[in-house]
Amino acid sequence: MVSERQLEAIKGAKVLMVGAGGIGCELLKTLALSGFQDIHIIDMDTIEVSNLNRQFLFRQSHVGQSKAKVARDAVLKFRPQMSITAHHANVKDPKFNVEFFKQFNVVLNGLDNLDARRHVNRLCLAADVPLVESGTTGFLGQVTVHVKGKTECYECQPKPAPKTYPVCTITSTPSKFVHCIVWAKDLLFAKLFGDRNQENDLNVRSSDAASSSDHAEDVFVRRKDEDIDPYGRRIYDHVFGYNIEVASSNEETWKNRNRPKPIYSADVMPENLTEQNGNVAKNCVVDTSSVSAMASLGLKNPQDTWTLLESSRIFLEALKLFFAKREKEIGNLSFDKDDQLAVEFVTAAANIRAASFGISLHSLFEAKGIAGNIVHAVATTNAIIAGLIVIEAIKVLLKDTDKYRMTYCLEHITKKMLLMPVEPYEPNKSCYVCSETPLSLEINTSRSKLRDFVEKIVKAKLGINFPLIMHGSNLLYEVGDDLDEVEVANYAANLEKVLSQLPSPVTNGTMLTVEDLQQELTCNINIKHREEFDEEKEPDGMLLSGWTQAPPAKDDKQSMNDKQSIGNGGDSSNALQTEPADAVKDGEMEEISEPSGKKRKLSEGSKASILDATDGTRNHKEVEKLDDDDDDDVVMFDDLDSMTNKKKRLQ
Amino acid sequence: MDGEELTEQETALYDRQIRVWGADAQRRLSKSHILVCGMKGTVAEFCKNIVLAGVGSLTLMDDRVVTEEAWSANFLIPPDENVYGGKTIAEVCCDSLKDFNPMVRVSVEKGDLSSLDGEFYDKFDVVVVSCCSKLINEKCRKLSKRVAFYTVDCRDSCGEIFVDLQNHKYSKQKIEETIECQLQYPSFEEAISVPWRALPRKASKLYFALRGVFEEAEGRSPGEISIADLPAVLKLKKELCEANALNASHVTDSLLERLIIGTREFPPVCAVVGGILGQEVIKAISCKGEPLKNFFFFDVMDGKGVVEDVSNPKKESK
Repeated sequence: MVSERQLEAIKGAKVLMVGAGGIGCELLKTLALSGFQDIHIIDMDTIEVSNLNRQFLFRQSHVGQSKAKVARDAVLKFRPQMSITAHHANVKDPKFNVEFFKQFNVVLNGLDNLDARRHVNRLCLAADVPLVESGTTGFLGQVTVHVKGKTECYECQPKPAPKTYPVCTITSTPSKFVHCIVWAKDLLFAKLFGDRNQENDLNVRSSDAASSSDHAEDVFVRRKDEDIDPYGRRIYDHVFGYNIEVASSNEETWKNRNRPKPIYSADVMPENLTEQNGNVAKNCVVDTSSVSAMASLGLKNPQDTWTLLESSRIFLEALKLFFAKREKEIGNLSFDKDDQLAVEFVTAAANIRAASFGISLHSLFEAKGIAGNIVHAVATTNAIIAGLIVIEAIKVLLKDTDKYRMTYCLEHITKKMLLMPVEPYEPNKSCYVCSETPLSLEINTSRSKLRDFVEKIVKAKLGINFPLIMHGSNLLYEVGDDLDEVEVANYAANLEKVLSQLPSPVTNGTMLTVEDLQQELTCNINIKHREEFDEEKEPDGMLLSGWTQAPPAKDDKQSMNDKQSIGNGGDSSNALQTEPADAVKDGEMEEISEPSGKKRKLSEGSKASILDATDGTRNHKEVEKLDDDDDDDVVMFDDLDSMTNKKKRLQ
Repeated sequence: MDGEELTEQETALYDRQIRVWGADAQRRLSKSHILVCGMKGTVAEFCKNIVLAGVGSLTLMDDRVVTEEAWSANFLIPPDENVYGGKTIAEVCCDSLKDFNPMVRVSVEKGDLSSLDGEFYDKFDVVVVSCCSKLINEKCRKLSKRVAFYTVDCRDSCGEIFVDLQNHKYSKQKIEETIECQLQYPSFEEAISVPWRALPRKASKLYFALRGVFEEAEGRSPGEISIADLPAVLKLKKELCEANALNASHVTDSLLERLIIGTREFPPVCAVVGGILGQEVIKAISCKGEPLKNFFFFDVMDGKGVVEDVSNPKKESK
């Protein structure tokens, strides 16, 4: 039962909720019922139909409206006395600065991307406000507590980076359906319907660069008087026939792999072209959003797996419909999972490519999930997590430090538990975010430019998007609206200089300071000059240490052998790593680090991860406090190595 | 596999959850009929979850009038007398629940469930009651078709769920394979007759504590138990523990006191337990995924959500 003390704390609390989606709706409802009086919500999204299976504060009639505002209105209906302030905005907006965060007693996250979570983490640290983090995926969920100085911050333990694929796996040697999807979406779709000026790896493996790049330009652009049908077949034959034949001829590549089979439209669809023309003429749909190749061809069920023939028909029909009904958009289109025609095209193209490479074909439903990075979600897990968040929030308000728990909602019963609480850890002393320990960077200071440092280290790895870079008291680089022309030109020039040639030379032993003013984050980096870097293992020509990158998802052994990789999201540029935000931008990934072995131990034998606990490995034993009058059964995972290890449990 | 396809509307609305349990399971949900008796806060949470999941129909039973206690933990009841005045709890909740998913038929049934006959029970696939009744459980078990039976109770900062799926066949995923399994559940009466000494030593103390509380409460209307009954409950606990050769200190007096005094539900616990219950019912209807057997306990004090198998090992067929 809620004690007087708890009631007082709840009534007087000012709470910030970041996110009004799956977790957010459940959380706002539970906070309201629990007696909270003053809540601010930030969410930049608008409501979509696919939200309605779990974001129960929203109705069909609300589609298109602001989540934060509609959630507020819905809850005020059953708790009219509450003060709920809705911000339809991006939490990364500068107006949500440290001062803004300082007004709250606790911050509760219900976010769906890593980038925003890191941002909020840094602001909470700067404002010294406790943060309760959470995430759900299907039946899995977790709640974690982060209090500055007392527990780990959200970034003390590395979070898995979004999956990326080596460029040549996508362009030449796909082995899984997802490779075909990435090819269809980021290469073919982008080439045909996206920005013409964008660099594209589609014909990257041509043996003769000069002549074939000319050849490539001709192929993809529709000629002036070319009818749509021959154009479609020409594209089909080029990417599924000719390109495959060319790739197939390279002996080296196929030594240990099965050769792909070229597929030509005449072989798959030897039918009368004018028949297809007839279909389009009858299709008098004006509304572009309902234009669909599936509908045209009578393929109704998105759960059905198409044959090669059906996929080929859809491919040509979709291409035709884009040109017939949506010509204006061509050249500006980017893939959107809610664009039915785009999804049909990508599914069809991926399927044909899959057929070529002996990979199984997939249904539109499955393909859409992969292409759109869709995260599966149900109401029940969100409800459970929301309840657990409120429980932790109350402990935080009362500063009951020894009662804080990280709680995992498991899909399968483990040690008789479906909900497993674990004590939080002390802050990681080498965390560059909350401990201000300097990092080390090995880099060739005479070859690498400042731009490389900024893009590949500061932005990509450290997540600092608006950096200020200093060498001692010398400003090497900064961004901002208040810079004058001279400064902007100066910084632009600096970006192109190699480190040792900067106005304030950066050489071996230099200490650089990187700051983000909004996040109030300061990071010190010791520079160590190194001449050579392994092209395969260190393609960036840089090595950052003191910062642990979480292991990439399973089958990424190949990416080590390739210089470049492609992510399944964002653009197909040769970035080694797609920025986390891009990768999940068009998806709804509500991130969760699974308690099933994906956490890497920061030091040997120290960390008790959920995997160890559930495996019952030798390193850990479960100790239950014997209770006298105490009802507390504390689950403590003591490791036998703790004697020699400095890492301590939160006392 | 059922012949009917999901409609375009269903596919769009249920997309994210179909990705969790599949189209087949979604179809089964849309044909299922749920009966709920006793609309407390946790049950309201469960109802919200099950309506969002897209069941065929949900029937509510609760003839009590709306009071402050009712709407304090139940977000389906707006605290506005103009809205709830003159209506029963079930009626007000029904109006709110209909809104969550127009494809689910939500209705109210008046009367005392324990006095209704088999013909009534036969309309349903799942029965959920908020105070345990051996009688209702028995009625479910007497039918020729399987009716899944659940009880749920939350008091103070604890919650308990009891599950009886009788004979349940289901499939589960193990890496890439699908495995067919079967579980045999005892009735409520059978479960609580299992001698305490047969249970594991570390079995949840909530199990024992709540049995004591409920036995004292038996025959009396819900909410009638108060602090005045504490001495009687403590005495009962002592007797039960002695009879079962269980160390009395295993079930602390303070726990019992909490459970007697704290009859009000704590909203976060309603959300947690209502969520677990929702998941379990979905598993039972879809026959996908291993359902919990047969008790679930949650206590804010230790933060654990624990499953206890209280069944007579001799009777089980594994």
